[in-house]
Amino acid sequence: MGAAMAPSPDPPGAVARRPVAARVVARLGGPVVRTALVVVAVFWLLPVLGLLVASLRPEEAGARSGWWTVFTAPAQLTLANYAALLSDRVMLGSLWNTVLITVPSTVLVVVLGALAAYALAWIEFPGRDWVLLGVVALLVVPIQVALIPVAQLLGGIGLYGSIPGVVLFHVAFGLPFAVFLLRNSFAAIPRDLLEAARMDGGRELRIFWRLVLPISLPAVASLAIFQFLWVWNDLLVGLVFADESSAPITVALRSELRQFGSNVDVLASGAFLSMVVPLVVFFAFQRHFVQGVLAGSTR
Amino acid sequence: MTRAPDRGGRRTALLFLAPAAALMLVFLAYPAAYSVVRSLFDARGTEFVGLDNYATAFTDDRTLVALRNSVIWVLVAPTLVTTIGLVLAVLTERIRWAAAFRLVLFMPLAISLVASGIIFRLVYDEDPDSGLANAVAVSVRDAFTAPSPYAGARPRDGGGLVTTADGALVTAAPVGAHDVLALPITGFDPAALPRQASAATVAEPGPGLRGLVWLDVGSAADRTGLVDAGERGMPGVGVEVLAGGRVVATATTGDDGRFTVPDLARGTYTVRLPEENFAAPFRGLTWLGPALVTPVVISAWLWIMSGFAMTLIAAGLAAVPRDALEAARVDGATEWQVFRRVTVPLLSPVLLVVVVTLVINVLKVFDLVFVIAPGSVQEEANVLALQMWQVSFGPGGGDQGLGSALAVLLFLLVLPAMAFNIRRFRREQ
Repeated sequence: MGAAMAPSPDPPGAVARRPVAARVVARLGGPVVRTALVVVAVFWLLPVLGLLVASLRPEEAGARSGWWTVFTAPAQLTLANYAALLSDRVMLGSLWNTVLITVPSTVLVVVLGALAAYALAWIEFPGRDWVLLGVVALLVVPIQVALIPVAQLLGGIGLYGSIPGVVLFHVAFGLPFAVFLLRNSFAAIPRDLLEAARMDGGRELRIFWRLVLPISLPAVASLAIFQFLWVWNDLLVGLVFADESSAPITVALRSELRQFGSNVDVLASGAFLSMVVPLVVFFAFQRHFVQGVLAGSTR
Repeated sequence: MTRAPDRGGRRTALLFLAPAAALMLVFLAYPAAYSVVRSLFDARGTEFVGLDNYATAFTDDRTLVALRNSVIWVLVAPTLVTTIGLVLAVLTERIRWAAAFRLVLFMPLAISLVASGIIFRLVYDEDPDSGLANAVAVSVRDAFTAPSPYAGARPRDGGGLVTTADGALVTAAPVGAHDVLALPITGFDPAALPRQASAATVAEPGPGLRGLVWLDVGSAADRTGLVDAGERGMPGVGVEVLAGGRVVATATTGDDGRFTVPDLARGTYTVRLPEENFAAPFRGLTWLGPALVTPVVISAWLWIMSGFAMTLIAAGLAAVPRDALEAARVDGATEWQVFRRVTVPLLSPVLLVVVVTLVINVLKVFDLVFVIAPGSVQEEANVLALQMWQVSFGPGGGDQGLGSALAVLLFLLVLPAMAFNIRRFRREQ
């Protein structure tokens, strides 16, 4: 379980404070280590650079020569693939579907998860501990277990193949982690603070909205970002529960894969388009994102 | 002072909890139970078949391959990633740009597995003119072994040369110690001859074995086996002279395609042009073929997850008490001993978290295999999570009985993690 066991994670943004292995490194030789790390970083960046460059090369060039030829012949770069993509109704439509699926899934998970977490953290009722334990148990349930039963269920109420069906599934599967993460965060609020608010005659909803949520904003942000990217990047749920007209971009990309080799221009630009939002979110909120991933990694 | 639980509090709790609880019950708890029941029925769900679906899961060839691959994944991938994460976490500890480095390695976690899969389909493309992995493989190999200069060239019919099974060209008839040979070659683009190649002329008879290796094409008046105006010699072809199957002399053709082997004892010989001259060029490895596809997909997963392992371990490393390390150093331990005996044991709870997390993640690997393995080898690369989708929803699938059984198997495999979580949670409360 992520959040409970993970030591307070150091985001990549923070340099480790204490040089534990200082002398190991010193012995290996600083320059050697630094060179090795640069090589590793290049290994990590090159594949992405390859995709980016491939998406900027004309279709014919992709079949004839490697993307690395741009270093000697940068003139081949073109935005033609992206222009074509913007007039591709299937790709654009699926990107829009991704937005339509991701935004409500994120909002609903945060709202419903926060409400439940508040009840579990600060309202006493019989069986509360058992509910909490149930939530912890549900954390690791594999999506595969729910595919067949939920497909029948959604079919029964006419939501199979539709965006609301996909959203419902994402919300349900996002909830255990949301409740778990937020309850831990809410429970850390000093009791006095809450009692004082209650003494003042605040209603629960008001305390939740005015006091608890603002204090726990970092946790809420981590959850929201994690859930957003989780849903944005999903393939399996979209593949099973969305029909052609409501398929997200991951599903559209994967059906393009069948002709791999002849359509690298479409695939590379489409894949890059699907990555733009996650990458922006990643670089803008790296701290929250890293914390969310570390906490929610066991899903 | 705690307010006693009153009716109002309970009602609020219920209101707050109800939507989330209802969704989790309907979409998680009920399906888990239903899947167990459904796995005991046949494909259409009408007939009770007991444990037949589970029997099928352990006898059906495709599912067995998926099971085998899942085992390989679980055994290999988390260990590799944890090791890489540990090494990188240690190495980056003192680097000033560690933050930037860790950011780079963490980035793959932000993008979808589909996009990552497409990225690696490109990297491992078989054509060295479009796949980076093979481009590197080819240039590394070419740096160590010179590529054959005349790939694909073959003897011109009736010119006295024949091709052996291993790709070398040999003279069909015995050759004397002072013969003059003319060995015509074809199947090579005259424009691709080395620039220094000069006009071919048959050698004058004289002492020693003399010969000409030339490209017998590319002239206007082309006569088979005869040197025509405009035809050029093939420079740099290795020549071996064999007697009784043993190499007794070697030579290399000059710019005009001529070679001379002096000082041969009287007798009969065979002249051989070794296969290195004509072998098809190395085109890299079939990464996405049946043999290598699973390692390839694992390497992509490694690219995605290493940053995660490194970040978690680095956080643990930062929390290792300095005193313990200093004490060990004062006692005269070497740095390696400190690392092995103090740092790693102190880190072991973190390492355990990382491994458990990665194992759960590995069991659910679906998208990566689905996207990277081409359709024709997907069966070879199959894993449990993918096979579950294939049999229940994939083309030609539709067996939801077997699909449910596979889902339940997957569920059983993560149950230890669930128990682990619950135990841990109870201890912390």
